[in-house]
Amino acid sequence: MNWTWFYRMGSPLWFYQSTSRWLPLLSLITLALLTAGLAWGLGFAPEDAKQGNSFRIIYLHVPASFLALAGYFLMAIAGAIGLIWKMKLSYIVMKCAAPIGAALTFLALFTGAVWGKPTWGSYWVWDARITSMLILLFLYFGVLALQYAFNSQEAGNKASAVLALVGTVNIPIIYKSVDWWFTLHQPSTIKLTSAPSMHPDMFQPLLVMILGFYCFYALALILAVRVEILKRESKTAWVRELVEQLGRQKMGAK
Amino acid sequence: MTVNDLRFERDDIAVINDACLTLDDGEILQIEGPNGSGKTTLLRILTTALQPNGGEILYQGQILSKCRFDYLSNILFLGHQSALKLTLTAEENLSWITSELPGSVSVLNALERVGLRGYSDIPCHSLSAGQQRRVALARLLLSNAKIWFLDEPFAALDGQGVQFVEQCMERHVNGGGAVMLTTHQPIGMESVRRYSLVDSSDGEALDA
Amino acid sequence: MPESNRGFSAYFRRDLLLAYRRRGEVASPVIFFVMVATLIPLGVTPEPDSLKEMAPGIIWVMALLATLLSAEGLFVSDYKDGSLEQLLISPNLLVMPIFGKVTAHWITTGLPLTLASPLIALMLSLPSVAYLPMMAGLALGTGCLSFLAAIGAALTVSLQKGSLLLTLIVMPLYMPVIIFGSAVVQYSIDGMAWSGPLAILGAMLTAAIALCPLAIAAVLRLTTIN
Repeated sequence: MNWTWFYRMGSPLWFYQSTSRWLPLLSLITLALLTAGLAWGLGFAPEDAKQGNSFRIIYLHVPASFLALAGYFLMAIAGAIGLIWKMKLSYIVMKCAAPIGAALTFLALFTGAVWGKPTWGSYWVWDARITSMLILLFLYFGVLALQYAFNSQEAGNKASAVLALVGTVNIPIIYKSVDWWFTLHQPSTIKLTSAPSMHPDMFQPLLVMILGFYCFYALALILAVRVEILKRESKTAWVRELVEQLGRQKMGAK
Repeated sequence: MTVNDLRFERDDIAVINDACLTLDDGEILQIEGPNGSGKTTLLRILTTALQPNGGEILYQGQILSKCRFDYLSNILFLGHQSALKLTLTAEENLSWITSELPGSVSVLNALERVGLRGYSDIPCHSLSAGQQRRVALARLLLSNAKIWFLDEPFAALDGQGVQFVEQCMERHVNGGGAVMLTTHQPIGMESVRRYSLVDSSDGEALDA
Repeated sequence: MPESNRGFSAYFRRDLLLAYRRRGEVASPVIFFVMVATLIPLGVTPEPDSLKEMAPGIIWVMALLATLLSAEGLFVSDYKDGSLEQLLISPNLLVMPIFGKVTAHWITTGLPLTLASPLIALMLSLPSVAYLPMMAGLALGTGCLSFLAAIGAALTVSLQKGSLLLTLIVMPLYMPVIIFGSAVVQYSIDGMAWSGPLAILGAMLTAAIALCPLAIAAVLRLTTIN
């Protein structure tokens, strides 16, 4: 099989150029999905029988949780590709995915707390999913801290990649353990964070929001990677040309 | 052993570029170059502590990855650091490194020949830096590796020490071994080939 | 050089010898464990019933902290004096020496903790029925903790202020061990079959023994010499 397309994808220049073409369209789609989802979910979806209007926070909480977890796997896969094929772009993706994922995890925890207060009376509840999400946040912190701790960029990349992979292997174990621990200590409480049978009217805006968040994640990641590419390749010819070009445009506009 | 087109980058800067060299039995190859030109890095790549970004290393005609065990069983590396555990005695260190039984005659002999007779059961942290160096150099007497990689072996040695190392090297290559070393100083030995990392040219045999 | 000498037993024995020569340093985590565990009642309450509730958790958190404290030095001295580089260029598999080193670490950390735990349990009013399960759980669990801490030690070996980072990295990985470890004690107090969580700890230890040395070897090769 011809793998040149794969290796071509590893070139920062190619990435920068092709994303330049797609970026405007992606931004529009993201904006559209997010505003539609938010408006629909926050405004137009019917009230929940038990929780009233406060359940609407799930339109932020659930997509954020999904992306937080998916983002960690993406980061780990990018790290693995970097380790196996020694692709610098892959390491850049991993490095940029870390803060975005951590921020989303924090958002999920925050919205979970906001949801908790009116529903169960307290900002923090030690339920299985929230606790797992907290541990996920710590895993993100570990990868972030390791990235920036090394003097040599390469060594930092490799170390973070291995750590991300070790974390990935552990995530199912952690999740299952916390789940088990929770049922052990609170066997009779209700399932706090599940929405088992949602009315389609409530479910559809959730789908829209989830899609919107995926697009947002992709957008944020691509933007971050582009900046990082420019920073790292600042000495190469194509970046210098780009900077000159932009400078000329600005001058021309004046 | 043959090295073809070796390349090594660190943070996108090429430290070693298209290095080609050969090392045969009975040869001494001196890697020269100013500080920071990548001499230690080259040695580290050749001992497989570092992975190169490009090029290949052949040992007895085979690519290194295929004959890794044979190759690594036959090399000795002495770097800047002594690889000695300071809480262990000189004798314990050497017997551990060379897998001899404690109290073996060859270890004690080696210590005697580097001038440390009677120091064999003192913890290494009580030895001076020079004495610790001599313990590390005693490995040269105990090893039966074919290829020696020595990184700045003459650094901080007095005249006696330099002579000792030169004698060891000569004995080694006369017995069919090979030595690759990095050093600034000129070696007072005959038929040492030179390889310069600055202009990457293969030196010819020089008479001292 | 004979092959078998370069593997598990060589590094195991040498690390134990080195630890023995530095007895004072090596004993401190265990002493720390005992001291802090006795401080907790001073800060909380001396009432036996409340202490009993918290005892499993306290013991396990203390074991965790003590292991982390002692894990930093696992590879650092080898890195500093050049032994690590010699290890990396040896012809034999890297996993066996690593296994040897981590086992030696457990013998100097986890095993003393396990043996000292009845003392703590006594001071925290743990019911006597829980002593054996606690020790069994600690024996297996601290093994896991040692292996996981070794991954952190390998990742941070070339860093200056590595110790705090090591803690940050390894802590999330410790959660499952804590959960099941204290569950063993809790089950025995409640009269339930504590062999269940213990078996899970055993499984975790087996997985750790099988997988961690590989990860550690990869980390050491990739990040230490540059």
